[in-house]
Amino acid sequence: MSGAIGAKLDRVDGRAKVTGVARYTGDWGLPGLLHAVLVTSPAGPGRVAAIDVDAASQTPGVVAILTHENAFPPPVEVEAPGAEGVVPDSRTVLRSPEVLYAGQPVGVVVARSLEAAIEGAARVGVVLDPRPPQLDLEGSGVDGIFAPKSIYGMEPPDSERGDFERGWREAAVRLDVRYSTEWEHHNPIERHTTTAVWEGDRLTLYDSTQWVNGVQDDVAAVLGLPVENVRVISPFVGGAFGSKCETWPHTICAALAARHVGAPVRLEVTRQQLFGLVGGRPQTRQRVRLAASVDGKLMAIAHDSLNDTSARGDFVEPCAVPTRMLYSCPNVVTTHRLNRLDIQTPTYMRAPGHATGTFALESAMDELAFALGMDPLALRLANYADHDENLGVPWSSRELRTCYERGAQRFGWERRNPELGSQRQDGCLVGWGMATANYHTLQSPASARVKLTADGRAEVRCATLDFGTGAYTALTQVAAEVLELPPDRVHIEIGDTDFPWCPIAAGSQTMASVGTAIALACQKARQELARTGRREVEVEARSEPTREKKWSSHAWGAQFAEVQVDPELGTVRVTRFVGAFAAGRIVNPKTAHSQLLGGIAMGIGQALLEEDQRDPRWGRVVNADLAGYLVPTQPDVPDIEVILVPEADRLVNPLGVKGIGEVGITGVAAAIANAVFHATGKRVRHLPIQIEDLL
Amino acid sequence: MNNFAYGRASSAESAVATVAARPRVTFLAGGTSLLDLMKLDVESPEALVDLTGIPEAGIVEVDGGVRIGALTRNSEVAASHLIRERFPLLAEAIASGASPQLRHMATVGGNLLQRTRCAYFRDVLAPCNKRTPGAGCSALDGHHRTHAILGTSDACIATHPSDMAVALTALDATVVVQGREGDRRIPIRDFYHLPGDTPHVETVLAHGELITAVEVPLLSFAAGSRYLKVRDRATYEFALASAAVALEVRDGVVRAARVALGGVATVPWRALAAERVLTGAACNRETFERAARAELEAARPRRDNGFKVELCRRTLVRALEEVAG
Repeated sequence: MSGAIGAKLDRVDGRAKVTGVARYTGDWGLPGLLHAVLVTSPAGPGRVAAIDVDAASQTPGVVAILTHENAFPPPVEVEAPGAEGVVPDSRTVLRSPEVLYAGQPVGVVVARSLEAAIEGAARVGVVLDPRPPQLDLEGSGVDGIFAPKSIYGMEPPDSERGDFERGWREAAVRLDVRYSTEWEHHNPIERHTTTAVWEGDRLTLYDSTQWVNGVQDDVAAVLGLPVENVRVISPFVGGAFGSKCETWPHTICAALAARHVGAPVRLEVTRQQLFGLVGGRPQTRQRVRLAASVDGKLMAIAHDSLNDTSARGDFVEPCAVPTRMLYSCPNVVTTHRLNRLDIQTPTYMRAPGHATGTFALESAMDELAFALGMDPLALRLANYADHDENLGVPWSSRELRTCYERGAQRFGWERRNPELGSQRQDGCLVGWGMATANYHTLQSPASARVKLTADGRAEVRCATLDFGTGAYTALTQVAAEVLELPPDRVHIEIGDTDFPWCPIAAGSQTMASVGTAIALACQKARQELARTGRREVEVEARSEPTREKKWSSHAWGAQFAEVQVDPELGTVRVTRFVGAFAAGRIVNPKTAHSQLLGGIAMGIGQALLEEDQRDPRWGRVVNADLAGYLVPTQPDVPDIEVILVPEADRLVNPLGVKGIGEVGITGVAAAIANAVFHATGKRVRHLPIQIEDLL
Repeated sequence: MNNFAYGRASSAESAVATVAARPRVTFLAGGTSLLDLMKLDVESPEALVDLTGIPEAGIVEVDGGVRIGALTRNSEVAASHLIRERFPLLAEAIASGASPQLRHMATVGGNLLQRTRCAYFRDVLAPCNKRTPGAGCSALDGHHRTHAILGTSDACIATHPSDMAVALTALDATVVVQGREGDRRIPIRDFYHLPGDTPHVETVLAHGELITAVEVPLLSFAAGSRYLKVRDRATYEFALASAAVALEVRDGVVRAARVALGGVATVPWRALAAERVLTGAACNRETFERAARAELEAARPRRDNGFKVELCRRTLVRALEEVAG
């Protein structure tokens, strides 16, 4: 073993990125490249009565304009046949005059320059027959509230163990509270961009995505192409946070535009368009009921979650999933319900369900602790789950207790005065709050190819992606470790469907899935080298996760927040933050630290700043830019201390790794809300927590 | 964004002559507001006259006060020792606005004329009386959490976004303007129009008139002045409420007061009612609260911005307390 795993290796792609050598999707210069800009519907739902393209066509430099009238050869079905697996926003785009949501693309303007395309797009006259949008999550919606079929095909929407009613009845303390969270937008700095190139009936897409193989399948399905005719390339992606999981309409539009004009076309989505085109975290309404004995033992938990989805898509924000197993409790009921609104289809956003669900559950735990007169951390420890009571299996590993201990120690939790508003500094109320963090460990099949060269190097290729996570570096370390090579002798290439198939780079599963595949391929290459005696070998391997659920695997953490609240002005500033995490074997403590730090910073935004303002009359987001949609700036983010708690896990996968991309954001909003309560005595049950909540 | 012509002016006279001659030609200084609005198609001038090549004297001391050339960058004013010593509220107001990059570009003259951040004003598909007279106001029944509670009308509730202008309003600054007919000097109190029925008419400037300087007269008690800004985010955000305050206190009595409010009004808001309560009254919290209440009696909140009445009261009281020490 070379010791590559566990080293604080600098990013292997760092130099390429800071010197501009790294090519992001918008950086591919191609001969004859044309530029496309989307025309989006200003309102929705409704029907396009007419599109006036005369003025746009006459704009100098404009080459073509696509609408539902000419994008597909007739006859056109409203939904692309055979594309059921594609997000409905994309399988319906430019196929009919129906507008399902504000922000839906209704046209594409292709021009010789980006400027001409922008100007042309502004001159397209869309005449819409609008209908009033249904946007109230608690209203009747499009179809009424209903239960989804499943949660991502992995779990049932509802769960029940024990007898909730009995536990509730017999408990000494009961809490029945409702929480809400609002639409959020991912806002990666690299806007979604696609460059499409046709050669005959073969299509190459340079696409800013989290899954080249997914885009390949989806585009082939929507355009009716054989999958092997579509190649997707994406070596560098500038941030995603879940917004690049699905194949969104702009990717389809770029392919259609390039086919229409017979030249390569690059389509960049504008910042404003991102607020209506590429998903977003749905709103949630959550009811949490907790019942406990006088000594704080949980006797009943019910967590009911409702989120909005689109008219044709079923997206579940699985808020109550962590509640099923996070604490020991004999009687637990959870439900998930959906309400169809006239919106884009929501999507995965960093720790879907866990970021939103732990806000509710971990706020409720804090409320219960207060009602019991118990320390919030002591309440968690009193209900520590020794195994997964939902699945009835042991944990593959669970150093959560150590996370609590190490985090609390570092934070100084034992000095917390339980009395509300008792701590002051610089004229401000000081509050301390904590919450449990958790994210399930996923693993999917993956494959990788390894070539060992005569000069003692290794070349690793697979189709996975690095959208800033550090995957390039960590996967290099896995190969170096297994091959017993220094990391600089390992060259890795990713982000191309011509490389071996990989699962979506989401759900914090890349290390567990792709790391395992690379380790397997490296072992196989060594064996092949020894067996054949050749100087060069090239092998491919595919890894499969174990099917049987003999254990339950999650990344764990404990979040501790200090806030200062101005008692008169209501301003909240996070002044200290400590997060302690156990996530199996840490391949690269440096990139892992960055992931967890970034998760916490994003959680601060969720807790205090991020708010989608959607106009109730037209359904479009009115604060659709980074001046109006607030994300944390440097002074909003304090020094964050991230503690990596050692956790040996021999079961989860051969590498012993869990994901760390998402666990960092979970529990952050609750820890901050709990700290605000400790400081002020005001319990804010919705996000973001704003000045008017505390005046 | 439409295509437009671009030219550089070598003198204020030539710039004024060029712009005044044609209705759709406009001045360009730092561009931090104008270019943004052009990209949004809110502004669509046929030509821009770039002023930044005109020689600029910068910040000059005049009779104990200062004259600030209109092309002086915001960051230069905020960093000026003269300003920081004599008019700290002005330096604080500027430093609290925008981001370092924007402050390096933005000019004093441009800052006075920056347009509202009302989302509906910036969205050309939404009806807006400020953009299109008579079209209606989308903010009245739309999102208006950040909108004005003072100086509003049934036609417009858009907040004036400038921090700097609030400080200059407290300081009784004079805006020096050059037109085809020569110079004129406008007290800042008379510079802005309340929206009334004509929210598209924002200032007294005629087309082609150019701000060449801002003069801030000596104010002996401004040395201890403050600008307090309250907002959701710690930086890079417009005010939900702000207060510019200078007090002259002797023997526990307020002898003179200058108060202006930002983030809550359709124009930089001189708080004369508060000043009247403060002047001659005991310098204590009770007086400050009375003054704040008096000023906000005129507040007309709507569905989502009612909290601003209380927030503005508290912001003003806090600023008064800080200045009173």
